[in-house]
Amino acid sequence: MAEITEVPSPFCGIGTDDLTIQVDGVLLKVTKNGCTVNTPAFEQGITDTRPRVDGKEVNLGAAVAKAAALLKAANQPVIGGCATDVSGMRALLALADRIGAVVDNMNFTGARRNFLVLQDSGWINTTLTEVKNRCDLLLVVGVDIEAFAPRFFEHYLWNEASMFLDDTGKREVIYLGQAPSGNASTSPNGKKAQVFECPLSALPEVAAVLRALVKGNPIREALAGGVAVADLQAIADKLKAAKYSVVTWAAGALAYSQAELTVQTLSEMVKDLNSQNTRSSGLTLGGKEGDQTANQVCGWTTGYPARMRFSSGFPEYDPYLNDANFLLDNGEADAFVWVQAFNAGAVPPVTAVPTIVVGRSGMTFEKEPDVFIPVGTPGIDHAGHAYRMDNVVAIRLKKLRDSGLPTTAQVLSAIEQAL
Amino acid sequence: MLIKLTGGTVYDPASGIDGQQQDIYIQDGRIVNKPVEDIQVDREYDLKGKTVMAGAIDMHTHIGGGKVNIARTLMPEGHRADPVARTHSTRSGCGHATPSTFVTGYRYAEMGYTTGFEPAVLPTNARQAHMEMADIPILDKGGYIMLGSDDYLLRMMAAKKDQKAINDYVAWTIHAAKGIGVKVVNAGGISAFKFNQRRLDLDEQNSHYGVTPRAILKTLATAVKELGIAHPLHVHGCNLGVPGNMNTTLDTIQGIGGLPLHLTHIQFHSYGTEGDFKFSSGAAQIAETINKNKNITVDVGQIMFGQTVTASGDSMIQFINHKHASPNKWVTMDIECDAGCGIVPFKYKDQNFVNALQWAIGLETFLLVDDPWRISLTTDHPNGAPFTSYPHLIRLLMDRSFRNEVLSTIHPEAQKMTTLASINREYSLQEIAIMTRAGAARLIGLKDRGGLGSGNWGDVTVYTDNADRQLMFEKPAYVFKDGELVVKDGKIVHTKWGTTHVVKPDFDVSVEKDLRKYFDRFLTMKLDNFKISDDEITEDGRGSLTVHPTKGEAV
Ligand SMILES: [Zn+2]
Repeated sequence: MAEITEVPSPFCGIGTDDLTIQVDGVLLKVTKNGCTVNTPAFEQGITDTRPRVDGKEVNLGAAVAKAAALLKAANQPVIGGCATDVSGMRALLALADRIGAVVDNMNFTGARRNFLVLQDSGWINTTLTEVKNRCDLLLVVGVDIEAFAPRFFEHYLWNEASMFLDDTGKREVIYLGQAPSGNASTSPNGKKAQVFECPLSALPEVAAVLRALVKGNPIREALAGGVAVADLQAIADKLKAAKYSVVTWAAGALAYSQAELTVQTLSEMVKDLNSQNTRSSGLTLGGKEGDQTANQVCGWTTGYPARMRFSSGFPEYDPYLNDANFLLDNGEADAFVWVQAFNAGAVPPVTAVPTIVVGRSGMTFEKEPDVFIPVGTPGIDHAGHAYRMDNVVAIRLKKLRDSGLPTTAQVLSAIEQAL
Repeated sequence: MLIKLTGGTVYDPASGIDGQQQDIYIQDGRIVNKPVEDIQVDREYDLKGKTVMAGAIDMHTHIGGGKVNIARTLMPEGHRADPVARTHSTRSGCGHATPSTFVTGYRYAEMGYTTGFEPAVLPTNARQAHMEMADIPILDKGGYIMLGSDDYLLRMMAAKKDQKAINDYVAWTIHAAKGIGVKVVNAGGISAFKFNQRRLDLDEQNSHYGVTPRAILKTLATAVKELGIAHPLHVHGCNLGVPGNMNTTLDTIQGIGGLPLHLTHIQFHSYGTEGDFKFSSGAAQIAETINKNKNITVDVGQIMFGQTVTASGDSMIQFINHKHASPNKWVTMDIECDAGCGIVPFKYKDQNFVNALQWAIGLETFLLVDDPWRISLTTDHPNGAPFTSYPHLIRLLMDRSFRNEVLSTIHPEAQKMTTLASINREYSLQEIAIMTRAGAARLIGLKDRGGLGSGNWGDVTVYTDNADRQLMFEKPAYVFKDGELVVKDGKIVHTKWGTTHVVKPDFDVSVEKDLRKYFDRFLTMKLDNFKISDDEITEDGRGSLTVHPTKGEAV
């Protein structure tokens, strides 16, 4: 039995790297600094170790050969999921380039709300260490942070020492829209977050009015989206008075039509604040199951985020038309590859087209795929790299055990070789 | 494998060869002396009438790291306009201002370049920089580690830690982030911006630390020198782009007390305030000062007219520059109590007075600095222009009548404000070879690159002579990388992976005691998880690590 300390997690998105994990053969136990997201993700056992073709166990070579044959026969293959480490994404993109596939990260419909804004107007953003040391006001818009990443507040707001704040317990936290599910946002000295609830559908209006108030535009109504304009004025005043406010949202949580406009309003508000002689930054929550990793690697390899295609022989980007589900539903795909090395619960959509799953051991399928190849999980079964939510820091994932499972990169490269 | 390059006209300033007809032999990747009679030549290339130089080295080009990838993501319209299709030997991708990694490698190699250095590797983002560069085929690469606005250094300086302690920290960081040099960007200014300071002059204090840019420059330049790192402190000065910043630049040179400094994209730091538009060229005075101060090297950061996207660590200045964003979208980031970045698309226009004069200032600088060993040819890719404009730039330097022809088309007021028309100098092929090969290699401390003498790696570029130097430099007849033919007639025929150049200066390991405490208290990563291991560079089978000795170390 071995104990491994300072284990980084690719699961929570916030890049916690202080876990202690006990390794007993292939069994893992998080013994220190676990949370409701990370602990089950690390501790999940290995069930499948052998690939299957048509539901029958085969060796890796046979599974790879079958996958290659299916892809060779396809006119428009689609690769979905894209939940793996940097090396896995490299191999995925090499394969996709070779076969002219569509590449679509499973979280892209959420992430698109950010990308559309980035590509239309840009933003001023920050990263977690800056939050930890500078943030004196955190405005949380439309997301329950502690459900997203249980240790966010403990790690980045209620840290004992900060370089630029005398007392981190005096930081202010304001929720707009979604109320928190627990008390993680209450400071160690008992200071509670302010909460201004409104339905998700009212956020566009609330955000727009808040931005108008930050800019000093008069608002004649008393209520905006169910929130008192006086309360929004108070938030605006606090944002202007803060030395380093941080406005955070999770694009995935803003699940309503044209939510990118809300992201844009918030991002432009942050810009406005920086033009009013104070500092303010945005912070996008994400980074789970390799989504930032997929977009980063796809970004440097193709120039575009991970919803693009190689079917013309060169990369083409369309954040709507290259949606894997859309293509499958419309009958525009004739082979489907699902890559998901992190989460056995994230299985591919059921489809009639030939399906190859390169997935974490333990997946159960409503419909058995034509080919299933269980792979190791980055950060458990093999070393690797994954991006944290703030999209700057790549964490070095450790190998914790010898499971004998191949890496995503090995499997996808083998398929490419076998074409 | 023995290759013979027969009868080419060789320009190899590193060995003092200036246009002599010579055979070159490459054995197993390295250039060798003419072998003893009876060794079989496996492959011979007839280079009679061709021009032979070492593979070119771009010593300052933004090719990898977070801000480059943000720039890529920001500009899908640029990529759409320049798609690059897959071939039997190359991957697909996209080009223009911030090409995809694979296309970066191909296009550099197709111009005869075999090495490029990413100048702004933030320690916290170094993994990404190396991972991106690992996906650049053919080229050797390396990075300068960005310090100077990192809170650890500023805390040390505020606490008046001695130079030895700072040297240890600098060396430790170079090891952890895998660099070959040290860069400082707007010294202390990126930190100051986080405290809401919007400008920081050379002698102005960071409002939190009380430390000035001048003190940071002196401290880091001393550290680099005392650690024996070949490449001088690489300085992106204060007040980039600000009219009148030539005085800051002159002051920086005068005040450094003879310590080696490399002033990067000097064009952006050579502005006066004369004339109707209160914007003028300081190039003559800057060049004269460079000529006199042998401790100073520069690269130019030439601008070219057209669309590009600027990606800089200088969040303070880029925030100001957002007013010029074209198209109007931009990003700035504060990063990890370590650094920052700003990405602003720019469209340089020849009919815009400022842009036109910037163009002329860059060329004046090239032509007025006497010693080609101390000036490197850069556009600060992609900030002044994409690297693909180098052949055009070479023609501007080598061909006075062409230069004057272009000059006559730019904004008329800018024509009046530049002395360019009166400068007769034309660069020779040997001078181009110095600027883009031997000089760059010497400046970074690459002992076996940038030259064609025996012992050098077989990085060789063969051009077909052409009076139109742009055409000549655009499309080499052959490019060899480590002795392998990678380009023929300006097209990739074969790819391979280059090496990553680093230095590993000595330091006292006890430096980690305080650093570990700092990481645990203030940062968001454990110290041991922060350090990049050697196998991270090589594990995907994409190249190798080449460690260069520091001065005082045995080779
Ligand atoms: Zn630069």
